[in-house]
Amino acid sequence: MLTKRIIPCLDVKDNRVVKGVNFLNLRDAGDPVELGKRYSDEGADELVFLDITATIRSKKTIVDLVERVAENVFIPFTVGGGISTANEIDILLRAGADKCSINTAAVQNPDVLAESAERFGSQCVVLAIDARRKKGESGKWIVTVKAGSEPTNIDAVEWAVNAERLGAGEILLTSMDADGTKAGYDIELTRVVAEAVNIPVIASGGAGTLESLAEVLEQGKADAVLAASIFHYSEYSIRQVKEYLAGQGILIRPVR
Amino acid sequence: MSLKQQVTVIDYFAGNTYSVTKAFEHFDCQVDLVSQPNLIADSDILVLPGVGAFGDGMETLRQRRLIEPILAHVERGRPFLGICLGMQLLLGSSEELGVHDGLGIIPGKVRRLPDEPGSKVPHVGWAGLHIPEEQDSSYWKDTILRDVPVDRDMYFVHSFAAVPDHTEHIMSRTGFGTHWFCSSVRKGNVYGCQFHPEKSGPAGLQIIENFLRL
Repeated sequence: MLTKRIIPCLDVKDNRVVKGVNFLNLRDAGDPVELGKRYSDEGADELVFLDITATIRSKKTIVDLVERVAENVFIPFTVGGGISTANEIDILLRAGADKCSINTAAVQNPDVLAESAERFGSQCVVLAIDARRKKGESGKWIVTVKAGSEPTNIDAVEWAVNAERLGAGEILLTSMDADGTKAGYDIELTRVVAEAVNIPVIASGGAGTLESLAEVLEQGKADAVLAASIFHYSEYSIRQVKEYLAGQGILIRPVR
Repeated sequence: MSLKQQVTVIDYFAGNTYSVTKAFEHFDCQVDLVSQPNLIADSDILVLPGVGAFGDGMETLRQRRLIEPILAHVERGRPFLGICLGMQLLLGSSEELGVHDGLGIIPGKVRRLPDEPGSKVPHVGWAGLHIPEEQDSSYWKDTILRDVPVDRDMYFVHSFAAVPDHTEHIMSRTGFGTHWFCSSVRKGNVYGCQFHPEKSGPAGLQIIENFLRL
């Protein structure tokens, strides 16, 4: 039986880990190399690195930083942020990433998912969706792009289903409404997407209390939880989270 | 204690070798990434990583004339570690996309994981290592799994698994749905791990350290 995964996320800007609320008001949270090493040593199941400045800064800087983080990370390592082609994925995989997440580029050109899955295998290809609740219509979410700044007309659930068909191996699902608020994940969004696809769904946005993590894994049917603030600011350690979840009867990889 | 060993990682363009290299460097090893037959023949410790299809992997080893030096290394009784596809290639043959011959170091086949409800193929994620049913608790004592607690989770990414002919070559098994599959093999100093020790956190690093201390 596969265990549910606990995944710290490094949102990186100007070589520093930052964290904001609803993608705004960023504050410093530390050095990505140090934090990555710490989470790998402490028993995190995977690590995600998101270049939140994406398209603006030079790619070379990011590749160098990814390489330095990967050097100390002995758990699966996903890199995302501004990736638009299979060739860029190739460069990041060589720099030590195990998977790459694609967001805006996949919306603009869905073929990039198929091409990447064909070249590197579906297990390398993560589709990141930044979803926002549709105003005035309950149970509907739209896809937003460019770090959540631009809404589209695309339904988030339909997009997840399409992405699986195109070759995505995993969905990193972020609730824009919940991100950074620590008010709990969007359980409904996570459950609807998890039930619509046959690939793992990583719930993201809103991690706050230990109960909120258990809730999205159980009721939200997520395969993994992504969290940033609660780990960066040492509100909870990986061990505390895992011990709590194990106590709730959730199958996790214990920290030794 | 610094191990200061020289490790040869075979680079045959089947996936990236970065993580494997970093894991050995973590123990102060000098890692040589090689793809020429003569350099493999000179190696003390040989590592065969790899992701991708079995047939392609064997074909690349054949074209680059790497099969003979690998077999010669094993023949001399020197430590060898195959990871993921590198483990599967140790077997006699595989059923992945047609039937392909393997290195034949460990008699047996490579077969697709069974499809059953609730178990997704590819099998991606963390799962535990167990001692084979017919063996007792001291079974891992003299292997690279010594000191690794039973049911310690390792990281897997695969759709196929080895089915060795002889139970003595099965070092560990791992549950998949209602089945078990062979998650690591051993024959003398030849080891193979279906999981990725270089991606399995501190427990995986322990296995690499044990391998270096053989």
